[in-house]
Amino acid sequence: MDIFLQFDLPSILLGSLAALACGLLGNFLVLRKQALMGDAISHVVLPGIVLGFLFSHETGSWAMMIGAGIAAIFAVLLIELIRRIGNVEPGAAMGVVFTTMFAAGVVILEQTGTAGVHLDVEHALYGNLESAIWLDAYTLSDLWNWQALSTLPESIKQLFIVNLLVIGFIVLFFKELKISSFDPLLSASLGFSPKWLGLSLIVMVAIAAVAAFSAVGSILVIAMFICPAATARMLTDNLKTQLFISGIASLSAGLFGYLLAAFGPGLLGYEFSVSAAGMIAVVAGLQQVLAMLFAPHYGVVMRRRRQREHVSA
Amino acid sequence: MEQFFAALTLSAGYNTALVCIGAALLGAASGAIGVFVLLRKRTLVSDAVSHATLPGVALAFIIAQVYFGSGRSLPVLLFGAALSAGIGVLAVDWIKTHTRLTEDAAIGTVLSTFFAVGMVLLTIIQSMSISGQAGLEGFLLGATSGMLKSEALTIAVAAALVGLAVVLRMKEFSLLCFDEGFAAASGYNVRWLDRTLLLLLLGIVVIGLKTVGLVLIIALAIIPPVAARFWTDRVPVLVAIAAGIGASGSYIGAALSASAPNMPTGGLIVLVLFSFFVVSLLVSPVRGVLAAALKHYRFQRIVHLRQGLLAIAHNEPVLEPLTRSILRRGGFMSGDGQPTVKGQSEARLIERDQKLWNLYREMHPEESHALADWSLKPIGEVLPADTVKVLEQELSPHVVHPEESGKGGAN
Repeated sequence: MDIFLQFDLPSILLGSLAALACGLLGNFLVLRKQALMGDAISHVVLPGIVLGFLFSHETGSWAMMIGAGIAAIFAVLLIELIRRIGNVEPGAAMGVVFTTMFAAGVVILEQTGTAGVHLDVEHALYGNLESAIWLDAYTLSDLWNWQALSTLPESIKQLFIVNLLVIGFIVLFFKELKISSFDPLLSASLGFSPKWLGLSLIVMVAIAAVAAFSAVGSILVIAMFICPAATARMLTDNLKTQLFISGIASLSAGLFGYLLAAFGPGLLGYEFSVSAAGMIAVVAGLQQVLAMLFAPHYGVVMRRRRQREHVSA
Repeated sequence: MEQFFAALTLSAGYNTALVCIGAALLGAASGAIGVFVLLRKRTLVSDAVSHATLPGVALAFIIAQVYFGSGRSLPVLLFGAALSAGIGVLAVDWIKTHTRLTEDAAIGTVLSTFFAVGMVLLTIIQSMSISGQAGLEGFLLGATSGMLKSEALTIAVAAALVGLAVVLRMKEFSLLCFDEGFAAASGYNVRWLDRTLLLLLLGIVVIGLKTVGLVLIIALAIIPPVAARFWTDRVPVLVAIAAGIGASGSYIGAALSASAPNMPTGGLIVLVLFSFFVVSLLVSPVRGVLAAALKHYRFQRIVHLRQGLLAIAHNEPVLEPLTRSILRRGGFMSGDGQPTVKGQSEARLIERDQKLWNLYREMHPEESHALADWSLKPIGEVLPADTVKVLEQELSPHVVHPEESGKGGAN
């Protein structure tokens, strides 16, 4: 039991919390057809994180988070600027900016010699979920023990706060987010600027991306943003229900992904474990595939069946 | 620095030279194909393609390792990459057409899920504890330092072939980008053309994996065409410029990376390409920022001059400082704000011109609306002579005579 508490539980918590923060925000990205903004943001935060690290000299610091947030805002403004003054198609403008900023991050990382010591590029791409350990946990009762809980890894506490922020943001601005996602013109005429709301959504996305980044890596952050939200979108038309389903899907991807990664190969008789972050994203993707195929109303299988009934009737 | 110039002039060793030439060919081919991907507005599909190569690379490595004893064979790995990237493209299409999810969500899903599968497979490879797996890390961000001669040669030849294919199919691709319906009506198989385009893109991504890495390879297909777009509107020129930018950027980037330790090839190539983009954005005479600013400045001058002269003609004081300085520089106004003789005569000309324009607008509202430089240029320069004559005849009995005689009397 204590091995589970010390090694597995922190990783599960880290993965699930990262998935939850991203998955909830992802709903609005998917609805606004901005899913690739999540992609772009997860790439552009790299230079911000590297510079934040160079500034503070410790991983998981708030400096890294602030650096990433600044990098994300900078990227959004740069994309807008290139789109406007260069008259470049939005997708292409995004492509130019995020590849360049990621490249800059990689070059700074390699040049300053930080690579390999504390941060490295593979780390940034894959994350390091398994490194979360909670050595002060011995028994289940520690879960209710404030003193023991305070020794949880810093990254988990950070993600917990970020989750509270994300949920607070969604609850506070639910009406605004809803209207501006479905009808930006109406929201503008009702008097709240879709531009500012859009920018604050992107900032929240950046914060969630950074917090999740160290846990699951930059590419899988994209899976967390998109897959749970897309799964939920296949299952319902109601935004509140969709948020709820995407939350469940995120948490279950975090839990089952980790369990599969840690114990799956063992069940098959192999003596290794596979990348937990990767497995979490794979589970999130599989959930989406299931939803796309078997969703009660919008699923491909049900739609085929209805079509056939139409034809025969 | 010396080493950079040595690499730039192809004298830093045979391998480095081969890598640089290979990178240049790769850049040229990807710039050319990127033009059509950009014109079809499918830029970010290439992002899904590139990330979807990872599981193929890893799986090919495992299979080759298990059955042939060595996984480090570039053609086998690239074949695996192409296969899984192809499946990725089909998956994006499937999600887009068969579910309610939009293309961006489809791209995001495919790229992240495929990449995740690749990551899981990579950890399996790590636990297999075999030699040669280090080479796989190079596929992520590109590594040219340990590249074998045969590998560099493969890349160069394959890139040249893809580039050639793009040039040969240029006409069909332009048709596809600008008028899909017309292409179909002319007997081209649009679906097949679209697939060919994506197949060539996929080829570039796969070839570039080793040099630039899968995270950044799409930059090679995005940045050169976007930069080239600032310089021209004609497709063949666009392809040539994009290929040129891609080739020189990749060449310089590869040479830079060969010149010092800890210089990631992919990252440097992208940064060099971005600098080309910034230069194009700023100085291009066609759509550049400076050119646009100059155009705006000229336009502003014309408007201010005209308004100023009209004000003089109506005996109104000119108060706007910019207008005053423009009038003064043109010699239409003296230092104390009084119109000069030249200004008076020019003002009458402009006033008459304006009246003709106003009349034209009353008589032909639709046509005047369609004219871009309505009432900015002298009417004789914009409209045909006979139209102007009709307008003048229309104008002269009521307005011109009393005006002119009245003014003459006042003077």
